[in-house]
Amino acid sequence: MIRPDAELLLDINDLHASVEAQPILNGVNLQVRAGEIHAVMGRNGSGKSTLSKVLAGHPAYRVTGGSVRYRGSDLLELEPEERSRLGVFLGFQYPVEIPGVSNLEFLRVSSNARRQQQGLEELDTFDFDDHVRERLSVVQMDPAFLERSVNEGFSGGEKKRNEILQMALLNPVVSILDETDSGLDIDALRIVAGGVNQLATPENATLLITHYQRLLDEITPDYVHVMAAGRILRTGGRELALELEKTGYDWVDEEVASTGQGVA
Amino acid sequence: MVSTATDWLTRLPAPAGALEPIQRRGREALAQLGLPTRRQEDWRLTDLTRLQGLLTLPLAALDHASAEAASAQNVPGRPENGWRVVLDGHSDPLAGVTLPEGVSELSGSELKQALGHTLARCGSAHHWPVEFNHSLASQVLALRIRGSVPPLEVLVGAAEASLSPTRILLVVEEKAELEILEVFLADSGAAHSHLFEMHLGQEARVRHGVVAQGSGDSALMAHLAVEQEPRSSYELITVSRGWALGRLEPQVVQVDGQASTVLKGLVLTADEQQFATHTTMRFEGEEGELDQLQKTVAAGRSHSIFNGAVNVPRAAQRTNAAQLSRNLLLSDRARIDTKPELEIVADDVRCAHGATVTQLQEEEMFYLRSRGISSARAAALLLRGYCQEVVDGLPPLAQRWPVIDHLLEGLER
Repeated sequence: MIRPDAELLLDINDLHASVEAQPILNGVNLQVRAGEIHAVMGRNGSGKSTLSKVLAGHPAYRVTGGSVRYRGSDLLELEPEERSRLGVFLGFQYPVEIPGVSNLEFLRVSSNARRQQQGLEELDTFDFDDHVRERLSVVQMDPAFLERSVNEGFSGGEKKRNEILQMALLNPVVSILDETDSGLDIDALRIVAGGVNQLATPENATLLITHYQRLLDEITPDYVHVMAAGRILRTGGRELALELEKTGYDWVDEEVASTGQGVA
Repeated sequence: MVSTATDWLTRLPAPAGALEPIQRRGREALAQLGLPTRRQEDWRLTDLTRLQGLLTLPLAALDHASAEAASAQNVPGRPENGWRVVLDGHSDPLAGVTLPEGVSELSGSELKQALGHTLARCGSAHHWPVEFNHSLASQVLALRIRGSVPPLEVLVGAAEASLSPTRILLVVEEKAELEILEVFLADSGAAHSHLFEMHLGQEARVRHGVVAQGSGDSALMAHLAVEQEPRSSYELITVSRGWALGRLEPQVVQVDGQASTVLKGLVLTADEQQFATHTTMRFEGEEGELDQLQKTVAAGRSHSIFNGAVNVPRAAQRTNAAQLSRNLLLSDRARIDTKPELEIVADDVRCAHGATVTQLQEEEMFYLRSRGISSARAAALLLRGYCQEVVDGLPPLAQRWPVIDHLLEGLER
């Protein structure tokens, strides 16, 4: 939902970042307002996953230039946990398995960190148990997964559902979903996308990082951005995704080559 | 070194009581052995100065009541569905204890015949920690177990700045079932010398937990010798932390194969602590099984040592053994030495082994932090998860003890 007067949640300006001294982002510009759904598309290696990790504060990525303002404040100076508590959520492409740590306990500690920030009462084990069971319906998840270790032995689809369950519990302001569709069959994709749609409100925003158009059949974006060589090359509406599907990414490569906007 | 040991021996009280002949023989053996030296492979990495420190401690002279009420420790009440025995290295462990049905005390000729039998089978004679205990221990908790008996909790106390020699002998009869939890408590500067011997008859089943929680400058020197008859099943779960000097030596022998052994150990070291685990598993017959997992966490400037010997002689065909050593370094200055020692002569066997040394994983940390969890809390959660795998294997009696919280105290930044 595009409303020009809606709050500017995320304001990315000329963002440069590198990993292990290798530049990956080469000047990303992006503005996200409340109520909007953005899709960022691009080939593998275009920098889209790096963008999501930089926004979440992954310590392996170094910002070398530019700025990111989140609701008016400098996002980049915050620790990953502070970003999460303030409402920035990253749905992982490869959710991490953590043996020995119960999923339920993890979800509770995590939710309470966010609730505390919001000035809400922290939930004890019993109250949280009720709360989480109610939220399971968002992704039609089996309660048995709460008793297991975090993501351990989960199938690809179960891991992604667990990510969206976390999103449902954390009630984020800006959600960045990195390749949430990867590794999902069509039924699982529908369930996960349905969860994302349920959680979208006029007050929050979603950034979908995806390689394929098929996720956008389930979640309708307001904007589609095409990324290449660490920059956003073109921005359009939904039709840009459809065009990409038809023509592939070859024209993107040509455009990068002709404008000399390759990786430095 | 020999003279240090000899000096010490001359200062000991004269041998006395039921174990008098053993004390005498132990002292003779120690006089021969002297103190271990770094030239001996088994002691190469040990801080021998700390070992010598044990010889300066007075012998324990505290009574039951104070061991059980050891002020610094949170000792839960006696188990409702089980029974408790308290060892203090000094008094009669069975004074005032009513033995449950199926349990009887070994004494007289029975005791004489059984004591030391398993030690001999495990090749433990002339082993320093064993002879050290022999030369000191004046009491032994010696029991015969028949049928299925209620879970047994053994509290092993040691008072501040004293040396407490304790000894246990259990004869678990054919088809008998026992669950035993030994809890070692130590005030600052206290030292334990513990010797445990157990014989499992055919089809006997034993689940054995050891929770060893030291404090300050405390030391633990424990040797556990276990002998298994065919079709018996033995599970040993040991959890240790907080010992300035620790040495734990589980030795298991399957005398005629066809038995099942599970060894799971967790050791946490911090500050300047040093803890060594030396396990020996010996198969003397066919179709024996071993499932072994050793986990360590080393913080500060501590040093953790693991030696895991597995012997599969020619007679032990179709043995199935797996040993895994997993180690977590929490500090750049901590040190971990881990060494599997597989001696396999039989040709038709499956013996797997592996060792890993890691630090807390960056991706796991980032995942937790990206969910609003502070890095300190994230590290604590990961550490807890790492330890839980072993702690969960302890007998149910252990649930009355705050094992995991004690383990992680101070390590959770």
